[in-house]
Amino acid sequence: MTESPIVVPNFFFGRFNLEAIPYHEPILVMTFIGVAIGGAAVLGALTYFRLWGYLWREWFTSVDHKKIGIMYMVLGLIMFLRGFADAIMMRLQQALAFGGSEGYLPAHHYDQVFSAHGVIMIFFAAMPFVTGLMNYVVPLQIGARDVSFPFLNNFSFWMTVSGAALVMTSLFVGEFAQTGWLAYPPLSGIAYSPYVGVDYYIWALQIAGVGTTLSGINLICTIVKMRAPGMDMMKMPIFTWTSLCTNVLIVASFPILTATLALLTADRYIGTNFFTNDLGGNPMMYVNLIWIWGHPEVYILILPAFGIFSEVTSTFSGKKLFGYTSMVYATVVITILSYLVWLHHFFTMGSGASVNSFFGITTMIISIPTGAKMFNWLFTMYRGRIRFELPMMYTVAFMLIFVIGGMTGVMLAVPPADFVLHNSLFLIAHFHNVIIGGVVFGVFAGIAFWWPKAFGFKLDPFWGKMSFWFWVVGFFFAFMPLYVLGLMGVTRRLRVFDDPSLHIWFIIAAFGAVLIACGIGSFIIQIGVSILRRDKLRDTTGDPWNARTLEWATSSPPPDYNFAFTPVVHDSDAWWDMKQRGYVRPLSGFKPIHMPKNSGTGPILAGISFVLGFALIWYIWWLAAVSFVALLAVAIHHTFNYNRDFDIPAEDVVRTEEERTRLLAAQVNA
Amino acid sequence: MSTTVTATSEAPVFYEVDEHPHPEGHSTALGFWIYLMSDCLIFAILFATFGVLGGNYAAGPGPRDLFDLNLVALNTTMLLLSSITYGFAMLAMDKERVKATQVWLVITALFGLAFLSIELYEFHHMIAEGAGPQRSAFLSAFFTLVGTHGLHVTFGIIWLVTLLVQVQKRGLVTANKRRLMCLSMFWHFLDVVWIGVFTFVYLLGMLR
Repeated sequence: MTESPIVVPNFFFGRFNLEAIPYHEPILVMTFIGVAIGGAAVLGALTYFRLWGYLWREWFTSVDHKKIGIMYMVLGLIMFLRGFADAIMMRLQQALAFGGSEGYLPAHHYDQVFSAHGVIMIFFAAMPFVTGLMNYVVPLQIGARDVSFPFLNNFSFWMTVSGAALVMTSLFVGEFAQTGWLAYPPLSGIAYSPYVGVDYYIWALQIAGVGTTLSGINLICTIVKMRAPGMDMMKMPIFTWTSLCTNVLIVASFPILTATLALLTADRYIGTNFFTNDLGGNPMMYVNLIWIWGHPEVYILILPAFGIFSEVTSTFSGKKLFGYTSMVYATVVITILSYLVWLHHFFTMGSGASVNSFFGITTMIISIPTGAKMFNWLFTMYRGRIRFELPMMYTVAFMLIFVIGGMTGVMLAVPPADFVLHNSLFLIAHFHNVIIGGVVFGVFAGIAFWWPKAFGFKLDPFWGKMSFWFWVVGFFFAFMPLYVLGLMGVTRRLRVFDDPSLHIWFIIAAFGAVLIACGIGSFIIQIGVSILRRDKLRDTTGDPWNARTLEWATSSPPPDYNFAFTPVVHDSDAWWDMKQRGYVRPLSGFKPIHMPKNSGTGPILAGISFVLGFALIWYIWWLAAVSFVALLAVAIHHTFNYNRDFDIPAEDVVRTEEERTRLLAAQVNA
Repeated sequence: MSTTVTATSEAPVFYEVDEHPHPEGHSTALGFWIYLMSDCLIFAILFATFGVLGGNYAAGPGPRDLFDLNLVALNTTMLLLSSITYGFAMLAMDKERVKATQVWLVITALFGLAFLSIELYEFHHMIAEGAGPQRSAFLSAFFTLVGTHGLHVTFGIIWLVTLLVQVQKRGLVTANKRRLMCLSMFWHFLDVVWIGVFTFVYLLGMLR
């Protein structure tokens, strides 16, 4: 719709009516047709090949941390494509809207695009990627058979899906927020955003946030309680350490987001005055609260990436990680400091020189442990036997790009400089610099590194390298111009421009976005090609990289129970230690293995949550009440099931392990 | 690790031949504690919000005009008593006395309901006087903080009733004991939060 319609809610449909369907927006109609055709094709194929039962039994209801991890990665990839589509639309708009042209996106649409881009990339692409990798790898690395609360793990995943589905729904039913990704009031208040956009934002994040918090609790318990015998804290693999710190950050920050959004919800739904301009409200309270969550959030994303780079560097340099202890302490220090810097996001609030100095200094201090990490990686590579496989290439690119982003970050940490650079494209360039160079490259390194573990064959190196070079070169083309523009004073989120001298920089940035699109395309081709050539790329050893930690001690893909016998750990590089000191794989004495049962309650609860969110967004109160009662009823009903475990019979374990013995023998003979 | 044997005679031990026991619910206490701390953070934010906005009366009524300390004292008593009776329920549970556990739980729920009723009466009274959550930022923060606590007590009572049914059906099996222990932590946690509410919102509010 060109303007957000003000609808008098009726009983049955709330605010919803046919005007909510944006059928007069050609871009959205075409997108919808594309999605509908593609969706129908996928659903048709699933039905034709009779895959629904299989998917439901083996995947959707699975409590296996490995399958849930893979599903998180699939969700992340889908949402990443959506978020990137938003990015390229913005780049195109800004490259076109010069010399009197308005571009092709009307303001209310453009504002939704940049808001959706930020929300989707952080909450529904980066978070699922990171959570997926942690879910898959951590239990294997610590020699466990699953997480502490397997059902909760499944439930957490589906709540994330439910939130993502709400964001996607907003594309075709109603609108999304036009407020930017953090929805600052008073703009996000009911007075200035009266329609459904901000409500989609709120409920999508609240529903997904439940999943994120519970998943954080789950992984902390897993790491604290389920490590293999002998693995004391200072023998944990570094990725497990960074995951532990990340999950501590999640549990200690996501409740803040929940509470803050709840207050905004109260302002919008009940008419309270927390963040309003009148009756004693204080919008800056929101900005403080949201960044007390928001700054730890960026460390939630980057710490696991640091862990991945650590594992990759030591594996592909053939050396133990340099300075393991300092790496652990650096991670812990970053975890703590991440709570003491939030105000640097709004030095311009005007809290005075003392407050700004405090937060400027704490921010600069964070660069010390981060710098220590950088040197640890360099010294790990020093005199190592480096293999430039794809994960290692991403690691080297990360080290170059992240240092640039870190330095511009320190520039922004200087309050007087920040008064000039605040909310400029310099800031945009800075955080894309660290998020792409750090998180995205970390995730790609992690995918290339652990793919053979998850699927039993390596990814095709040629298309991987194509993707890598497109990404690296595309990154510089897309974001270096933004540094320049930011220094010239161009602010973020602008839709049209007057000054023709700026035009060339936006064209270069758009060209960079096209290169990145080629990088993403190559990545998808890489996956397709690898699946087609999987027999050539097959790894039967379970340890294709000659790696160091426990996840490589078992087969690829690992059996449901991960390890037939619980490993005993003597060293932080446990598997390397086992290989060096003559570990012999046990061939007999297998016993039944106790495992959790699958459950359909997770997807059902998440489905009801979706309906509840939708009803609340559209003011369909009766449906909200019904779905809330249903939510409680299903949850309570679930607690009446006391029979949640079963034993994998010893014969099944024997059969699985004999198969692996056969494969390993074939490997030796070949 | 006494149950492990070496793979070869001289190599170190790399795996356990016998399963070491992972009792059902071995992580639940830790997990529930962490959940409680995350919930505590939600309250921390609400307290902080009340701390910042609690003086913004917007020319409307303040704590002295609205709070009736006698009523709040009565209410606090209800909640504190419910914590004591929950403690008695746990003592009975430890002695495997099903009936006594159930009776104490019912008494706890009744005290909880009394607390909620008094709170709702207080809210109703304030709203009727024109001092609803929309009136000022102070009242927004007040209703949200106290109301969120009340909502927690409500869910605690629903949970308590569920557990009563489960104890009735299956007795004091290990799973039920674990659940009662979790609810116990939750209930006492709400008590502690209420002490904070009573002190910072009501008592200090009267001194403002």
